[in-house]
Amino acid sequence: MSEGKGVSRRTVVKGAVAGAAVGLAGFPFISRAQADAIRIGHLTPRTGFLGPLGEYAVQAADMAVAEINAAGGVNGRKIELLKEDSVNPQTASTKAERMVERDKVACIIGEISSAAGLTISQVAERTKTLFVNTGCNSDELRGKGCKKYMFHIESQNSMYVKTCGRALLAQGLVKGKKWYSLTADYAFGHDLLRVAKKFMAGNGGEFAADKLVPTDVTDFSPLLLEIRNAKPDLVISNLAGNQITNFLKQYSEFGLPFPVAGFGFDTAVAWGAGKGNFLGTWPLVWHHLLDNPASKKFVADFTKRYNRPPENQAWGDYNAIKLVAQAMAETKSIDSTRLVEHFEKGATFPLMKTREGYFRKADHQMMHEMYTVQAIPAAQLKNQWDIFTPSAAVPGPSESLEVIATVGDEIECKL
Amino acid sequence: MLILQHLLNGLLAGAYYLLIALGLSLIFALGGIVNLAHGAFYAIGAYLAVTIGQQLGFTGAALLSPVVVGLLGLVIERFLFRRFYKVDPALSLLLTFGLAMVAEQALRMVFGAPPLSWSIPQELRGQVIVGDFVYPRYRLLILAVAVGCVAGLWFLLQRTPFGRVVRAGVQNPDMVGALGISLEPYMAAVAFLGIGLAGLAGVMLAPIFTIHPAMGAEIITSAFVVVVIGGLGSFWGAVIAALIVGVTKGAVTAAGYPQYSEAAIYLLMLLVLLVRPRGLFGERIQRFE
Repeated sequence: MSEGKGVSRRTVVKGAVAGAAVGLAGFPFISRAQADAIRIGHLTPRTGFLGPLGEYAVQAADMAVAEINAAGGVNGRKIELLKEDSVNPQTASTKAERMVERDKVACIIGEISSAAGLTISQVAERTKTLFVNTGCNSDELRGKGCKKYMFHIESQNSMYVKTCGRALLAQGLVKGKKWYSLTADYAFGHDLLRVAKKFMAGNGGEFAADKLVPTDVTDFSPLLLEIRNAKPDLVISNLAGNQITNFLKQYSEFGLPFPVAGFGFDTAVAWGAGKGNFLGTWPLVWHHLLDNPASKKFVADFTKRYNRPPENQAWGDYNAIKLVAQAMAETKSIDSTRLVEHFEKGATFPLMKTREGYFRKADHQMMHEMYTVQAIPAAQLKNQWDIFTPSAAVPGPSESLEVIATVGDEIECKL
Repeated sequence: MLILQHLLNGLLAGAYYLLIALGLSLIFALGGIVNLAHGAFYAIGAYLAVTIGQQLGFTGAALLSPVVVGLLGLVIERFLFRRFYKVDPALSLLLTFGLAMVAEQALRMVFGAPPLSWSIPQELRGQVIVGDFVYPRYRLLILAVAVGCVAGLWFLLQRTPFGRVVRAGVQNPDMVGALGISLEPYMAAVAFLGIGLAGLAGVMLAPIFTIHPAMGAEIITSAFVVVVIGGLGSFWGAVIAALIVGVTKGAVTAAGYPQYSEAAIYLLMLLVLLVRPRGLFGERIQRFE
């Protein structure tokens, strides 16, 4: 069949031996040099449809660690960040295990995919290692899947739905209205759809249709034809990552007249849609236009370092590292069990917002302010970054931070 | 009416697989190289469109980007593909698989992972309305470009001396050599054309799809399904298979199951291969048997 021998066995063997030698020679040197550093594992998708968000996460985590080390570290020790692409739930679990067992990390921070977040949390629970989730939204992770060693700085789906839901109620788009929803066909999307349906039913709206969209679908044209035919009062996106960019670009291409809103959102996917393609009402856990000194400093520093403003995923990983460092300093310990106790006692964190946030003891969800943003029409845009008008913080100053989260028997977590 | 719209939309959707599939099929037929990096050239075409377009506008990008991608194809052909024409196809598979990964990571390192911002130019926005039928003007333009490419390529292959040598080279390269014709420049030209077409697809689809480093990997699988259903190396096979795949996706969606539209085309491929192992129009090419 073949006359060529591209690579001889000898070459392969030589290469493998050389590789092994480099590995053996390099590794002890690294571990000796950093022996007294506190190791933190950072796991997040760097490739695939969530990869764009992962890049912000990694850059922000690097920046947080650089700032902490420049200020003298934590309890006199530097932080060393071990970063890996989590790829998929199976790989995420394997890498988490390696970080804990081999690299002896003090804790794991990161992740965006709810499916991978679940497998990492299982490793964290088994090895009694703190895991701070910075980007997985599903309620399930805070509900039936909740764990003693897992904390969530990312808001849960219920918080996103109730925050954006308030804006939709104010716009009169809920009661007696027909929704057409598109949902990412994986753990996050299914969870979000469940929460969205509950909100709809509770507020007198109805679904014209709900369609599951596989994460590898890029062409939304068949769905857009369906939507045009169904004439809904509102189109809802429960999509994720690059899906939202594809949806926005093609929705605008088809020129459909129906209002658009979403229950899951990241600023990067709207920045990537292009001029004239972003529209609708969306919820965010943080945005770069927030007007307070800490937030403005973060935006300025990040922009200086990476030549573009940070988005919400950058906020999550930056603050997760900062709050873990704060807790380590406050407890003078890097022991996960001590840190968990400290969080559960109601430690508060600044989070670059008006009110301080805290992890709720019942399910380890961060209680903090959220925002909705409204797209600015293309003609009024001043630059490529400031593409929306933000709302005031939700909940308002006189309300409990917990009103937008799961309440009463919606909290299914049993710790 | 809606069903009709879905079928038509499916036909149009077939047009963009076609731009990728034609080059894929051509390069395989002549050189025996299964080019897994073909999607990467599509991605490079899209990124170049944005880079060039910021200076020269959409038209400048549309004209220039495919040529630049084609030239890149020439370089790849000269220094990489050429060493693999006569060896086990599994080796070229490894080569192009590696190339695809290198290209994706290079795009990520140069441009970053977040999607690049790019839109349909203002003058090409809007809908074409014929009675009850409403369809975006831009997608009709993509269809026109695809039809133009099919016609041009068909003319080139069937009606010119260049095409006669290429077709003879596909069937029997040794005979072509015995007649004193060197296939090398033809191979280079085919790589330029095929890879340039992938670049053109990148330019045309950049305004309506997310521009991100892995966009090539997204489209390459569908393009392969098209080529396999049509029959590797068959020109009309690729054209007809692209339309069938597009319509199948449209029909499954119209029936209310958009979540199965991707799975449907793999099922279709399986059925076709069961009945016709060489694909619908796959010719018997002696040296691949």
